[in-house]
Amino acid sequence: MRYAYFLGCITPLRYPGIEAATKIVLKELGVEVIELNGASCCPAPGVFGSFDLWNWLILAARNLDLAEDLDAKIVVTCNGCYGSLQEAHHLLEDVVRREAVNEVLAKIGRRYEGRTEVKHVTEVLLEDVGAEELKKRVKKPLKGLKVAVHYGCHFLKPSKIRGHGSPEAPTYLDELVELTGAESIDYLDKLMCCGAGGGVRAGRLDVALDFTLEKVRNIKRAGGDVIVTPCAFCHFQFDTGQRELMSKGLLDKPVPVAFITQLIGLAMGFSPDEMGLNDNFIPPKYLEKIS
Amino acid sequence: MVLQASWEFADEVIKRGSRIFPEEELKTLYACIQCGTCVGDCPSGRRTAWRIRHIIRKTQLGMREAVLSDETLWNCTTCYTCQERCPRGVATTDVIRIIRNIAFEEGYALERHLAVARNFAKIGHAIPITDEVKEKRKRLGLLPVPPTTLSYPKALSEVQKIIEIDGFLKKIQR
Repeated sequence: MRYAYFLGCITPLRYPGIEAATKIVLKELGVEVIELNGASCCPAPGVFGSFDLWNWLILAARNLDLAEDLDAKIVVTCNGCYGSLQEAHHLLEDVVRREAVNEVLAKIGRRYEGRTEVKHVTEVLLEDVGAEELKKRVKKPLKGLKVAVHYGCHFLKPSKIRGHGSPEAPTYLDELVELTGAESIDYLDKLMCCGAGGGVRAGRLDVALDFTLEKVRNIKRAGGDVIVTPCAFCHFQFDTGQRELMSKGLLDKPVPVAFITQLIGLAMGFSPDEMGLNDNFIPPKYLEKIS
Repeated sequence: MVLQASWEFADEVIKRGSRIFPEEELKTLYACIQCGTCVGDCPSGRRTAWRIRHIIRKTQLGMREAVLSDETLWNCTTCYTCQERCPRGVATTDVIRIIRNIAFEEGYALERHLAVARNFAKIGHAIPITDEVKEKRKRLGLLPVPPTTLSYPKALSEVQKIIEIDGFLKKIQR
């Protein structure tokens, strides 16, 4: 189990707590994580993919090639990075397309052979480490905690390429969350987008925030203590976005946010500071419930 | 004005996209019968004037300028709900991204999007690093600057060379 950690942009540059927690948790679970030196933005599928898909594919191929050089698989902590790199890997299985991309990469002395596997950190946790082992590692069960799971769109879709089953009623993340002893609650429009993707956050912030507000309202109605995501960009949208909603007077009480590895680390006995939970804008009030 | 319906624009979208996606998947664009499943499920259409169904129909009819200049085109979050649920299997989200590529190239990009693209051209990331984040990173036991293009000038120059060769740089230098 050797993985090169593809950081992307939001994780290292806005929510480094996600990076720290992921490294600590994976190390503790015996997964070897190495740096992917010199990586760029994935580039973001809905943003750079909307600008120029050809450029997007070549830059994604360069990132994949960095890992291929290290003979490592890639692990990501953002659905955007997952979306780009996993889809690019899939598209580059086509030899004709890969050769066309390699013609450009040759000009910077690179060549991608199509060997880099791309895994989301939740896949590493559930498939490499396994549910049984994870359960054994829980030292501090998060009993009584009501978790509102937010999958994020690009973790599941396009389902044909992602391969996590139907995107209509997934249980993948709920199962992972419940291994910690917490309860994964149901809520209205649970699978709805956070609003940030496709360049909407950058281009039309009010529209993005309106998505977020709807989700947060639904989560509050269902009694969620914390929003748990497998995506740094959704995490960003829920944490920073709720702060923006509050400053606009559109939201009173926010719901705190935790990344999936931060929640698991907490259940494994790491402190909230080690997991970077106090680095979010919204204080982790739910900790009172489990201490 | 009498509308002369033509497949020209749909053909253009498919041809352009086939450099990236399998052509047979994009040809599903011809199969839309305007049932409306897409708009009914669209979280952006619930709150904005964005109507994915209209864009698909106008694309089928060859209304190139109307589609490219439509400001709501940038309200799609690419959540793929419509693409997953389309009973005719139309690759809606992929088609939208291809149409946006054409719009971007023809000057319909939003200024804020150009800023993101230019930031990427400068540092290899979509967003800049801040002193506050460097502090946070140190406190968490991480390198103050991540080991990405931000720390490796040679890696950054590779990225910059790619966008120069493939034409992307020209598109954002307006």
